Amino acid sequence: MKYLYYPGCSLRSTGRAYEESLLSVLKVLDIPFEELNDWNCCGATSYVSIDETDAFALAARNLALAELQSPDGTINLIAPCSACFLVLLKTERYLESYPDVREKINSTLDKAGLHYHGRVNVRHPLDVFVNDYGLENITKRVKYPLKGLKVASYYGCQMVRPFKTFDHSHYPETMDRLVNALGAEPVDWPLKTRCCGGSLTGTIQEAGLRLNRLLLKEAEKRGADIMLTCCPLCQHNLECYQERINRKFDEKIDMPIAFFTQLMGVALGLSEKELGMQRLFKMPSLNQITHPKGEMVNAW
Amino acid sequence: MHGNGYNGTVRIGFYICHCGHNIASIVDVKAVAEYIKSLSGVVVSSEYKYMCSDPGQELIQKDIKEHSLNRIIVASCSPLLHEHTFRTAVEKGGLNPYYFQMVNIRENVSWVHTDMKAATEKAKDLARAAVQRVFHHKSLETKHVKIHPDVLIVGGGIAGIHAALTLANAGKKVYLVERDPTIGGHMAMFDKTFPTLDCAACILTPKMSQVKNHPNITLWTYSEVAKVDGYVGNYKISVRRKPRYIIEGLCVGCMDCIEKCVYKEGKTPDEFNLGLSKRKPIYIPFPQATPQIVVIDPETCIEFKSGRCKKTCVEACDRKAIDFQQKEEIKEIEVGTIILTTGYQPFDASRVPFYGYGKYPNVYTSLEVERLVNASGPTGGELILRDGRHPKTVGIIHCVGSRDKNTNRWCSRTCCMYSLKLAHLLKEHTDAEVYNFYIDIRAAGKSYEEFYDKLLDENVHFIRGRVAEVSDWAVRPSEEGKLIIRAEDTLIGIVRRVPVDMVVLAVGMEPQADSQDVRRMFNISCSTEGFFLERHPKLAPVDTFTDGIFIAGCCQGPKDIPDSVAQAGAAAAQALILIDSGEIELEPNTAYVVQEECSGCRTCLTICPFTAISRDEAKQKAFINEALCKGCGTCVAACPSGAIKQNLFEDEMIFSEIDGLLKMESPACC
Repeated sequence: MKYLYYPGCSLRSTGRAYEESLLSVLKVLDIPFEELNDWNCCGATSYVSIDETDAFALAARNLALAELQSPDGTINLIAPCSACFLVLLKTERYLESYPDVREKINSTLDKAGLHYHGRVNVRHPLDVFVNDYGLENITKRVKYPLKGLKVASYYGCQMVRPFKTFDHSHYPETMDRLVNALGAEPVDWPLKTRCCGGSLTGTIQEAGLRLNRLLLKEAEKRGADIMLTCCPLCQHNLECYQERINRKFDEKIDMPIAFFTQLMGVALGLSEKELGMQRLFKMPSLNQITHPKGEMVNAW
Repeated sequence: MHGNGYNGTVRIGFYICHCGHNIASIVDVKAVAEYIKSLSGVVVSSEYKYMCSDPGQELIQKDIKEHSLNRIIVASCSPLLHEHTFRTAVEKGGLNPYYFQMVNIRENVSWVHTDMKAATEKAKDLARAAVQRVFHHKSLETKHVKIHPDVLIVGGGIAGIHAALTLANAGKKVYLVERDPTIGGHMAMFDKTFPTLDCAACILTPKMSQVKNHPNITLWTYSEVAKVDGYVGNYKISVRRKPRYIIEGLCVGCMDCIEKCVYKEGKTPDEFNLGLSKRKPIYIPFPQATPQIVVIDPETCIEFKSGRCKKTCVEACDRKAIDFQQKEEIKEIEVGTIILTTGYQPFDASRVPFYGYGKYPNVYTSLEVERLVNASGPTGGELILRDGRHPKTVGIIHCVGSRDKNTNRWCSRTCCMYSLKLAHLLKEHTDAEVYNFYIDIRAAGKSYEEFYDKLLDENVHFIRGRVAEVSDWAVRPSEEGKLIIRAEDTLIGIVRRVPVDMVVLAVGMEPQADSQDVRRMFNISCSTEGFFLERHPKLAPVDTFTDGIFIAGCCQGPKDIPDSVAQAGAAAAQALILIDSGEIELEPNTAYVVQEECSGCRTCLTICPFTAISRDEAKQKAFINEALCKGCGTCVAACPSGAIKQNLFEDEMIFSEIDGLLKMESPACC
């Protein structure tokens, strides 16, 4: 089964490390994929809140393009960014459930010579790795088990809500199971789907910083060495504002924030460059990760 | 011609009912009556506001005499509601009631359509189908069957117990079948009952012992219904009696065997105390268990697992009541009526992971707290938490698995009141601060609101808002080591964080896990949420759509003890009506064999679910016993020669009806 890959704009800007690590991991696991041709912006949360129908049309263009690129059967379209994932999924579900919306959107698409027939399944890469490829298979490919590394998985809100796809809406566990399969130790914490502030860090910064501080503090308190995310905006918020949070609230937070694909890559034996590690502001401390034979792995 | 039992010309009277606005606001009843008048065979066609009223019925009777009508059709509501009414009216008019046909244009037309034009056309089609059908109607005799006076009651909770005692006291013989080793159900697990605060055991156990000792009640615990055959008045039931490895007639419940078991301490989670204590492989569920007979659990007993136990229990029993060889036993009984009181299961709180049940030890379900505060419970009534502490603050979360579209949409009706009761008991036992988190307090019942007032006076806190989560996420020093309940207080519009030592989840009621299997076995229906469906939500609340089978208690829907008992009494009364009338009228919808067309192939013999068909070996033909035939139609469809016909559903009737629907002139009616 070949996957189609929809990068979205974040993975080409602030989230480049996510794309680099995702593609490297897909390749090393021999998961076949190709990029969606001529994809466009998903519209993110902003467009949907201004004009839902226009936003659906914009997102649906990508779904129609996917059908054009894969003429037969069901198409699994990987959308790694949580906002893209949600918007595309929402579009897919709405077009499926509401014939009047489908008709309207298709009449718009028709003008661009496109049509959406309902063959696309929007998938999050976490779902693909854990439920399609399988944890047992991942464990088999692990070269450097991340023994002793305590990982707080942070899911954010958009991947699990409002649509319940592959995990629980309030207490997801897929990433924790993946962490376990990589040999690391998942940290159980109640804030795994609590809001990171989204775009508030850029608008009402006071509120944004407060929300991020709660997450960082609690992960730290539970002994996490690193926090994992599956969303470029969450990663950006949690990583880039730590200095400001420390100044404002008189804290000493120093928490590495990585994409889950980066941690997978480390365990699978990929190089720093392949995983976009140099793009992180905070490097996890090296002595946490040990080679099975006892030598340090210089991944980071 | 066969099938048309009436000699002479067919003269049809057609009546369409307005049903107030129910039908007439969507269906143009005048247009339908006008149209039907034009059809061949129709002598009278009229509309009337309420056909089921006395004047409506008299209209039919008058027309039968004045116009010599010999077929009557009423287009109105569902036959379930008024077929009997109109058949009786037709009979009073001097016509055999089976010359009547009903067309449902309310449930099938006006209530489900909004377009008047299309609805009127559909009503016309359905009415025309009936007009073509009645040409083939014939005069039939009503069947009567005798009602066996014995009653089967399934489920020995408070509803089953009450129904059994009511019937037994009325002199009827009752079989009470219970799946667990003891009767008592959930009520036996409760500590006190709202709003009077009398102790559940004190009011229940006398009734349990009456059941055990009543000469008219046969009590089979640790047993399940395995098979149900027959029909109203004549049910044949197989009951599977699971082996308890104890000879019931010999055991006196002295419990010496339990004491002498090779296990010095219990190792298995105790079902009755919901795993809050441990039991041995040989045990009695609770001190007042009825019958007071020991049971051995083969899953945990060493003798069953290895065959190498010292069997100290056998040595200890003076009466030689222990029998490791005991086998499952099947009992066959005949009863006339059945009452299902199979109860409910509490909602599984771990399905709402953000409330932390199963994750944080001090999060309890309400039923667990009933056991915790009970004097015969795992802690002797002392409120000790799983981590050994005594709680100083307790949060009770209402509507867990109720009023929630992610789990169960319905209100479980009892949780508000039992939460108030538990708040009172927790305060009484611990003097803790108690916080209730509620959506609405539903205290609709006699003296219930007063009980709520009393709790307010006892300084129990009430916070209106559905709880978002329970966690150990402390953000202040005062929250360290506590469970933090986060909820919006919707009355003042703030988000609260309430640190507590203990959380009680007021879990709702769900249908039993096997309610669908039980439904199929007894051939009754379930409503969408899975509770057993009553025949009518207002006017037949304990009847089902299967004659002779009644439901009571929480298997029909969530309810408290007074309502369960009231329903149980009602179900017993319904059974008594059938028993004391001695017989029941049945539809004459039996099948019959057209002898000259039967090839004697025996196909029908094997498939009849009621063993109503035998073979006349001399004539080599099948023969249907009308008294046993239930009119299911299986043999009619299966007969390879088409030799079996069924009254009320003759081929000519069905095909004419289809022709009528498709606007084809049926050759038979011309």
